[in-house]
Amino acid sequence: MTHTAFVLASYGVSIAVLAALVGWILIDQRTQRLALQELETRGVRRRSEARTDNAS
Amino acid sequence: MTEAVSKAGRWIDLANPTRFINFAGIVLPWLVGITLLVLAAGLWMSFQAPDDYQQGSTVKIMFIHVPFAWLSMMCYTVMSISAIGTLVWRHPLADVSAKAAAPIGAAFTALALITGSLWGKPMWGTWWVWDARLTSVFVLFLMYLGIIALTRAMDDPAKSSKATAILTLVGFINIPIIKFSVDWWNTLHQPASVIRMGGPTIHPSLLWPLLVMAVGFTLLFFTLHIMAMRNEIWRRRVVAMRRIAARSAERRGV
Repeated sequence: MTHTAFVLASYGVSIAVLAALVGWILIDQRTQRLALQELETRGVRRRSEARTDNAS
Repeated sequence: MTEAVSKAGRWIDLANPTRFINFAGIVLPWLVGITLLVLAAGLWMSFQAPDDYQQGSTVKIMFIHVPFAWLSMMCYTVMSISAIGTLVWRHPLADVSAKAAAPIGAAFTALALITGSLWGKPMWGTWWVWDARLTSVFVLFLMYLGIIALTRAMDDPAKSSKATAILTLVGFINIPIIKFSVDWWNTLHQPASVIRMGGPTIHPSLLWPLLVMAVGFTLLFFTLHIMAMRNEIWRRRVVAMRRIAARSAERRGV
């Protein structure tokens, strides 16, 4: 008796869940990067960066 | 006291978010490459491994089920260490680490449960039983969901970090329960066969692919964890910068 369907289902589900996890992290990465770029082009600075600028 | 503070100060300086982002930028390309190589080797070895004399081809499920189950516990341990970092040193990076790890841990725990169920049906004749091992892992999954909800329930991470850290540490009691559940209670789930006194009971032809897959998935976990931590630091910067922008716009308005 073969149980190939159970083996394939296990690997299939695992690939799907891990792909979704990786995809979500990559989309989040893109979203945050774009948001940071947009703020920087608007000239918004973090307090720590502003302080460094003043000091120099 | 002063010495202790300065020591903690130096340690905090070493792990500051900007340095972490630089570190992540250098390490991640290498980590992604090594992870893919080890996982590819592990998959190839799993594919080449012989069928089990009793379980037939379903032994292939072991090569993913066991690493997922290990990682579900390792991820929670990482979160517990982070929780100590939050409570003792109040280090922001510790909270970032705990928050970033939770969804990854939940995904691995869900996969351990699903692949276990798909292995249980042909081998045990049932998808699920409420034995001590399966129930304690299901409780772990629910705890991950609770922590995910708590870390995202409040806008200000400073407010949720302490509560999350305490909840995580209280929940850590479940980890030894999961590990030893198969010894303490009479379970349908088999007892430990790799990490046990007296060495592994699995034949090397099946043990090696399993170990390589375990290393591969552990590398995958750390790759994803570092990526998610970097995202979380960026997210907090975006929020902080938007606040500054809103405040300066308000001042200009007046």
